[in-house]
Amino acid sequence: MRHFLTILAHEVRMLLVSPSTYIAAVGFLSVMGFIFTGILEAYSKAPQELSPASVFFEIYYFPAIFMVPLLTMKCLADERRLGTIETLLTTPVTTAEVVLGKYAAAYLLFWGSTAGFFYILKRFAGDAHLIDPGPILGGYLFVSVSGLLFIAIGVFASSLSRNQAVAGMLCVTMLVGLIFGGQYLANAAWMEREALSPLKAAVDYAQVQQHYQDFTRGVVDMRELLFYVSGTVLALIFSILSVETKLLHS
Amino acid sequence: MTATPIQPAIEVSHLVKSYAGVVAVNDISFTVPRGEIIGFLGPNGAGKSTTMRILTGYLPATSGQVSICGFPVATEPDAVKRRVGYMPENNPLPDDMRVSEYLYFRGRLKEVPRRNLGSRIDEVLELCDLKRVRHKIIGKLSKGFRQRVGIAESVLAEPPVIIMDEPTIGLDPHQILIVRDLIASLRGRMTVLISSHILPEIEMTCDRVLIINQGRIVAQGTPSDLRREVLGQSAYEIEAAGDLGSLPFLLGSIDPGLSVASEGTPDALGFRTIKLKTLNPEDTGEAILRACLSEGLRVRALSRAHPTLEDVFLAATRRSWDAVAEDRVTPGQS
Repeated sequence: MRHFLTILAHEVRMLLVSPSTYIAAVGFLSVMGFIFTGILEAYSKAPQELSPASVFFEIYYFPAIFMVPLLTMKCLADERRLGTIETLLTTPVTTAEVVLGKYAAAYLLFWGSTAGFFYILKRFAGDAHLIDPGPILGGYLFVSVSGLLFIAIGVFASSLSRNQAVAGMLCVTMLVGLIFGGQYLANAAWMEREALSPLKAAVDYAQVQQHYQDFTRGVVDMRELLFYVSGTVLALIFSILSVETKLLHS
Repeated sequence: MTATPIQPAIEVSHLVKSYAGVVAVNDISFTVPRGEIIGFLGPNGAGKSTTMRILTGYLPATSGQVSICGFPVATEPDAVKRRVGYMPENNPLPDDMRVSEYLYFRGRLKEVPRRNLGSRIDEVLELCDLKRVRHKIIGKLSKGFRQRVGIAESVLAEPPVIIMDEPTIGLDPHQILIVRDLIASLRGRMTVLISSHILPEIEMTCDRVLIINQGRIVAQGTPSDLRREVLGQSAYEIEAAGDLGSLPFLLGSIDPGLSVASEGTPDALGFRTIKLKTLNPEDTGEAILRACLSEGLRVRALSRAHPTLEDVFLAATRRSWDAVAEDRVTPGQS
């Protein structure tokens, strides 16, 4: 795995020296900050039931659906389009190292920097009841765990096409399917049939929205963690296989 | 780890590669000894790039055996990749990196020890005359510089075998000269396999030439061997004036195989161009000249026509097209 670190360091370096990263970061943080300010305004007008943190994390799917494809769509699609995958794979590097290195680099989420919002709130509001550590920790834990799977899906989508736009669209579709599809299926009438009960159980298990609520309430369920971790492993294995199959038919 | 020095650098036997029913490489076998520079020629779509990709372990072969320095590509791809420096067709490079950064990254991937990497990068930058642009962004470099970055990258880890797919494509004559010298400077230290369309290029740099067409090797050997084998004759051109009637008899007395191939029309001064051909590979120019002068012919010029590799290439590929055409006419015999 020595090449994994080389590729990871290279990818991170490329992110850090590229101006577009900073533009995207500033844009993302402004949007998130705007939303956060909106939440705080609502709190200043009337008392609310939930803590600001849990309301803030309710929009977790917003960066998941927009930022994940933008971050990942380039990683493998661009290598294939430029042909640099050929020079990359003719060095003593395995496909797994390439995919994992790029995955790990993309996992450096912008979300982490939103923690600053709560620090600023605490520093200037000085109002302890606005800061509830449970939902904040649960929220960030959820973001980091579900991010594993979302980014892996993005990498997989990128391995399927040499066109970045197609990879991005595929990723958005798969993420929307994962985040909202489960809820839709669980509420569908035809799922209530006796014969489909195992399927129904599986769909109930894969409710991303439900997982989010559990996490922010402080309930960390091993089954839910396993759902994301196993999904991540599967998506990464499929990405590696996809890159290798494309070589066979190139 | 170390292979015995007797083992050839590249050994290919009965290599076949087919894509979805189309046979790109059809039963190719060849051996390249260490330290040799070998040129790979063929028309577009002949299977050059496919063969090179299989040699690097990037593509799997359909059947046949390939080994690099004694390591079979199919079972020990890692050992092979450590021993091959490869520059693909069109030389893909990342556009958003600086030259020295790119070489550093590639050096790390190729397992050059971090300790030696800095000095090694300096060496290849010097070798490829890239020092001036080491801090430039690759995407902003001209084609010639990009090409040299690709070459620098392929020799970076000092691999025993270097495979370059059309290294001189798109370069101006001056840059071609630099690249040619560069490749020639590797002679003896590294085994180099290059493919090219520019035939004089191959002729000047390579010790041996392989010509492939339609996935088969149609000719191989040193450029001079190939001339003899494929064209099988030497030719002379003489510009003379006077009575040419006795010429065939005269020629026969020098060399029984020597005959007049064509006779031009006389120009204003009465000189005409006569083309002679023979199967004899030795140079009989002096004897021809002496015979002509003794017969009272006025000779203005005599030259021995050197068939270029281009002629060889065209003849060899034409021959293989003919063979394919025959196969199609009599399918039972192939």
